[in-house]
Amino acid sequence: MIKINQLSKKYKGAEDYSVHNLDLTIEKGEIFGLLGPNGAGKTTLISMLSSLSKPSSGSFSIDGLNFQRNKSELKKLIGIVPQEYALYPSLTAYENLQYFGSMYGLKGALLKENIVGHLEILGLSAFADKKIANFSGGMKRRINLIASILHTPKVLFLDEPTVGVDVQSKNVIINYLKKLNANGTTILYTSHHLNEAEHFCTRVAIIDLGNIVCKGEPQTLIARQKDAKNLEDIFLDRTGKALRDYV
Amino acid sequence: MYRLWASAYKEFLLLTRDFGGLAILFLMPLLLVITITIIQDGTFKTLKETKIPILMVDLDKGDVSKNIHENLITSGQFEVAMRTDEKMVQELVQNGEYQLAIVIPENLSNDLNLKVSENVEGILEKFSMEEENIPMVKSKLEPKVVKLYFDPATQFSFRNTIKSGIDQMVSKIESQTIYKAFQEELTDDPSEQIFDTEAFIKFTEIVPGGGTEKAMIPSSTQHNIPAWTLFAIFFIILPLSINMVKEKNQGTFIRLRTSPVSYATVLGGKTVVFIIVALIQFALMLLVGVYLFPLIDLPELDVSGKLPLLFFVAFFAGLAAVGLGLLLGTVAKSQEQSAPFGATFVVILAALGGVWVPVFAMPRFMQALSNISPMNWGLNAFYDVFLRNVGLKELLPEITLLFLFFISTTVISIVYNERKNAV
Repeated sequence: MIKINQLSKKYKGAEDYSVHNLDLTIEKGEIFGLLGPNGAGKTTLISMLSSLSKPSSGSFSIDGLNFQRNKSELKKLIGIVPQEYALYPSLTAYENLQYFGSMYGLKGALLKENIVGHLEILGLSAFADKKIANFSGGMKRRINLIASILHTPKVLFLDEPTVGVDVQSKNVIINYLKKLNANGTTILYTSHHLNEAEHFCTRVAIIDLGNIVCKGEPQTLIARQKDAKNLEDIFLDRTGKALRDYV
Repeated sequence: MYRLWASAYKEFLLLTRDFGGLAILFLMPLLLVITITIIQDGTFKTLKETKIPILMVDLDKGDVSKNIHENLITSGQFEVAMRTDEKMVQELVQNGEYQLAIVIPENLSNDLNLKVSENVEGILEKFSMEEENIPMVKSKLEPKVVKLYFDPATQFSFRNTIKSGIDQMVSKIESQTIYKAFQEELTDDPSEQIFDTEAFIKFTEIVPGGGTEKAMIPSSTQHNIPAWTLFAIFFIILPLSINMVKEKNQGTFIRLRTSPVSYATVLGGKTVVFIIVALIQFALMLLVGVYLFPLIDLPELDVSGKLPLLFFVAFFAGLAAVGLGLLLGTVAKSQEQSAPFGATFVVILAALGGVWVPVFAMPRFMQALSNISPMNWGLNAFYDVFLRNVGLKELLPEITLLFLFFISTTVISIVYNERKNAV
């Protein structure tokens, strides 16, 4: 589904590559977790895959579409749930979804049906006509997710989709993502919640200094590593315990 | 097309949800145009109707100073208070308690009379047939200086107007003194009028092409509404650029960049809504000029037969303003960048455009710069319609420039956005 070939990104003025000669293949129907410390290159990789940032070198394709030749077609295939609440605070939940849905060409009854259906599933029907500014963090996260999946993307990129939300909202979001995946959506997800990734992802890759340091099914990785009880042990073993502060 | 209308609808919602911002967008320009017109009309009235309190020190105590005093009073422009101490009046003016003090020098009347008499006698002597006349010995009189003390805070234009008025008055007194001297030399009968002292050359102000009585002299309203409306229309760049910067900071712009929608469509949605805002602003300005101004004792705005052309110009002026707003919103990274820059830039464009000082009165270099100010093109187009009664054909050069400005700023925005995001 996603084929990444020798992909690199070096920002203007930066000394090091954020992503360096990265090769990765994500199969259709996978929930792939991209894990790594701060500054490892996770968000940069997702930015390149979702056309927000241009690679310095290398290439990738999604569902057979090359990123350079089929940019606009490729955009129709993907959905991105950014880390920040990418919503208009002064618009209602419905108005936000109506606008973002229409940007994917959805209109009329289909758009309305999609919005109402998703709001219902994610427990937000009662708040459809309320302004986003008054929503809690968990509610905003759910609307943020709906805005990215109204057009039923084949591939969904999620950048920390459960950061700063309560357990209930997190549970609803994860369950819904599993449902989407069961219906055929391939998911590429980044998170610092290693326990969540361990249970949610079919495969994970730990990325550090712009490249993949290990990848595989969470349980296989844990079983392979001596003394490892969970994904966090693997993570610390591969990326070290030093703080990763960067500016 | 559907995406464009969806974008426009979203912009409409964002604008109408910010009620305070919307009120500011419509009310502040109205407040601006009302305030400026009242002030400018008041200044005009000050010079024509209201009396300015001034001080006069008469060190001459003669006919000339008496004449100047009478002339100042009869001009209707001044309320003259007499003082005796020059130093004191200097202080009063310096402190701003009076805008002007006139000091008439000692012996002005005597010396003027003496000078004129000598000149008149000299002339008459030349015509005299008596060859045995003894040549006159001329007294060595120094030119007299009437001192004008101005409050340092008074504006240059005010000072010039007053100086020119006083200069005219003094010249008139001087010429009357000359006539009087001739009269006295040529006849012993004071009732005999040898000279007609009434001014022979008079002038009248006529606006070329003004067929009707009403179109003869444009009022301050007719000048102010187009200038300040244009200024207000260009202030649209502030809310527009702030709106765009907010989208970047909120993250909604990231969502749009990953959507299959072009930046041109996003900008198109904003253009549609902000053009409507500009036209509503313009309509409100016209309504104020036509209906409110007469109620507050200001000249009524005359829009008869001009409305379609006025809205045509307003549309293209609005487009130019929106184009500038789109460019600023695209380039600026924060509200701290866009707001002060936008506000200052509009003021600079207005100054260059001739909103405050007419372009012909600017230095040559500034006149050249003025030619590339969209506000100058807009103002000329408005003046063409409001004051010169031109048709669509004559407006086309300015309209074309405004449209090209919109196109070029929008294209630059799109190209800049593409390049910036291709990092």
